[in-house]
Amino acid sequence: MLEQLMTETAPVNATPSTAPPAATPLLQLRGVSKRFVQDIDLAARIANLLGAGHRASVVHAVADVDLEILPGEVIGVVGESGCGKSTLGRVIAGITPPTDGSVSFLGKPVAAMDAAERRAWGLGVQMIFQNPMASLNPRLRVLDIVGEAPVVHGLVKAAQKAAYVEALLHQVGLDPAYAQRYPHQFSGGQRQRIGIARALALKPRLIVCDEAVAALDVSIQAQVLNLFLSLRRELALTYLFISHNLGVVGHVSDRVVVMYLGRIVEVAPTAILFSAPRHPYTRALLSELPTLERTRRTYLPIQGELPSPLAPPPGCAFHPRCPQAMPRCKVEAPVLRSLRPGHASACHLDDPVTLPTT
Amino acid sequence: MAVLDVQGLQTHFFTHGGVVKAVDGVDLRVEAGEILGLVGESGSGKSITGFSVIGLIDPPGRIVGGHIRYLGEDLVGAPERRLRALRGKEIAMIFQDPMMTLNPVLRVDTQMVEAIHAHEKATAKAALARARDALAMVGIPSPGERLRAYPHQLSGGMRQRVAIAIALLNHPRLLIADEPTTALDVTIQAQILYEVQKLCRETGTAMVWITHDLAVVSGLADRIAVMYAGRIVESGPAAAVIGSPSHPYTRGLVDSIPTRATHGTLLRQIPGMTPSLLNLPPGCAFRPRCGRASDECLMVPQAAPGPAGKVVRCWNS
Repeated sequence: MLEQLMTETAPVNATPSTAPPAATPLLQLRGVSKRFVQDIDLAARIANLLGAGHRASVVHAVADVDLEILPGEVIGVVGESGCGKSTLGRVIAGITPPTDGSVSFLGKPVAAMDAAERRAWGLGVQMIFQNPMASLNPRLRVLDIVGEAPVVHGLVKAAQKAAYVEALLHQVGLDPAYAQRYPHQFSGGQRQRIGIARALALKPRLIVCDEAVAALDVSIQAQVLNLFLSLRRELALTYLFISHNLGVVGHVSDRVVVMYLGRIVEVAPTAILFSAPRHPYTRALLSELPTLERTRRTYLPIQGELPSPLAPPPGCAFHPRCPQAMPRCKVEAPVLRSLRPGHASACHLDDPVTLPTT
Repeated sequence: MAVLDVQGLQTHFFTHGGVVKAVDGVDLRVEAGEILGLVGESGSGKSITGFSVIGLIDPPGRIVGGHIRYLGEDLVGAPERRLRALRGKEIAMIFQDPMMTLNPVLRVDTQMVEAIHAHEKATAKAALARARDALAMVGIPSPGERLRAYPHQLSGGMRQRVAIAIALLNHPRLLIADEPTTALDVTIQAQILYEVQKLCRETGTAMVWITHDLAVVSGLADRIAVMYAGRIVESGPAAAVIGSPSHPYTRGLVDSIPTRATHGTLLRQIPGMTPSLLNLPPGCAFRPRCGRASDECLMVPQAAPGPAGKVVRCWNS
C-alpha cells in the first residue's frame, strides 16, 4: 500500500496539472485507516503471565478508505451507527490522526506539509457537530464563540471582532444583537446556526457536517438545510455531509458514499445511487428508507444487526445479513471495484468472474 | 366501541413561570386493530398526551379538563388503584429510550416475570414460558438465552424489542408508543416497524404511535393526527393527511421533508420557530408562521370537518 502510495503521489506533486480528474481534489484520502486499540489492563497482563492469553482489543473504525473530494461538490456519507462515518469525518477535519494512509489537502500530503501549510489545512477544513449544546462552550458569549478563532489566527483584528461576528450572524440568519447571549439562551436550531457561524468564521474551503441536522425538528431541519445550500452558493463551499438519514443525504449531496463496518461499500453520484444501487447493503438501506406515502406499506426488513466492530465477520462484512451471499463471500473480502466512471461498489456480485454465472 | 376515546383533554403544568398549557383540547379516537400516528415537533404536547392517557402526569402537571374513555370507562379522575390495574395490563406504553426504562441491575427474565406477577397469579414456570413467547413474538433470536441477559448486554435494537415484549406480555388492548424507533438505525427501525405492524394486524391491539417523523407514520398508520402547540390541527385518514394536507402547518411539514426528489432545490420551509408554550400568541398558535393568516386567526379556530373525512382546525383551510 505504502509503495503504491509513494509512486502515485510523487508525480502529482511534481506536476499537479497532469492529474486525471479535471480539477485537483480539494482533499484526498489514500488507504486511510483508523484503529482504536484498547490495551489490556494490569490484571489481564498478570493473568497472561499465567497463560490466560488476553489480547488488546482493536476496532477498525475506518479501514482502507480512498476518497477524493473535488472543490465545490457535496459528498454524502451514510451508514448505520458504528460504521465509522464520524471517525472518517474527524480524520478529514484533522481532529483524529489516521493510523495508516495519507490525507492530502490541495494535492499535498499532510505528512509533507510545513507549519504554514498545515495551518492552512487546519483552518480550511472546519467541522459542524451533531449536538450544538455539547460543542458550544456554555460559558462563552456568542461573540467569543464565533469571534475567538479568527482573531487568534489573525484573520481579523481584535478591534473588528464585533463587526465581523455581526456580519457572520447575519449571514446565518441570526439577529446580530444576539452576539451578547450565551448558548443556553437559544433554541436548538439557533444553536446549530451558531455552530455554522463558528465554522464559517475561519473562511473554510471544506465543511464537515457530522449529523448536523439530526437533532433538529423537521421544520427547523428544513431551514438549516436551506441555509447550507444558500451558503454553498454564496461562498463556493465544499461539504462532506455525514448522516444516517438517506433522505437528507439524497437532498443535499452530489455524490454519496455508503459505509459498512469501516469500509466504503459503494460510491456513486446521487442520481445513480438512488436509481440503480449495486451493493445489496445500499439496496437494503434504500428499501427501508421511510418515505412519505399515501398508502400503508409493508416493511420487509433485512435481518440481523450490525456485527460488533471488535469481531467483524470474515470475508465480506455484510455476508451474514446479505440475501445474496455466496460461499465466496464468507472467505474473501471484496474490493471496491469501479463499475463506470464515478460509480464503484465492493461486492463479489459485480466481479466479472462471478457475473456470467448469475 | 372505540378502544380509546379522548375528548377535550387539557393537561396543564403549573410552573413558577406560569401555566404551561402542554395539551389544550385534544380529541382522539382509536378503534381496535387501528394504528393512529400522533405527529408533532418537540414541545407540541404529543408525549404529554400519551402520558395523560396512561395516567403518568406528575405534579406540577395536572389533567384539568376533558375525558379519556378507555372502552367507555372515563380514566380522568379514576382512583389510582384502578389505573394501576389497567396500566401494564390493558394499556401499555413503549418509551423512546429502552436503556432508561429497563432496570440495568435486573436480568431480562426477572423484569418480565415481575410484569406478569404484578397483574395475575402464575407459576414461575408458566411466567417464564410466556416471557419467552413474548420475546420470540418480537423477533428476538434464541429467546431462551436472551432471557438470562442483562440489558447492557443487548444492543439498542434488542433492548427496544425487549421493552416492546414487556409491553405485550399481558396482551394489552391499547398500546402507546412514544418515539420507539427514533434512537435506532434505519435497518433496525424497519425491523421493529415490521413486527409492530404484524402484531396489530394479528392481535387487534389498538395503537397510538407518537413520533416527530411524518415519513415513518405515513407507511404505518391508518390515521394521522398532527399536533401543534398543544392542539390537534389536522387529523384524518393517513392518505388524506399526507396526500393533500388541509392545514398550512401540515402542508409545511410535508414540504419540509428532504428527499431524493428535492435534490438541488431549496425546501419550502416554515418560517420562524415553535412558540414557547408559556407565551403562546393569541388566537391560532400557528398564525405568526402562517402564510395564509388573516384577521380571523386572532380567534382560536375550532375543529371542523374538512375534506376526505378529515378534521381541521383552521379558519382558512
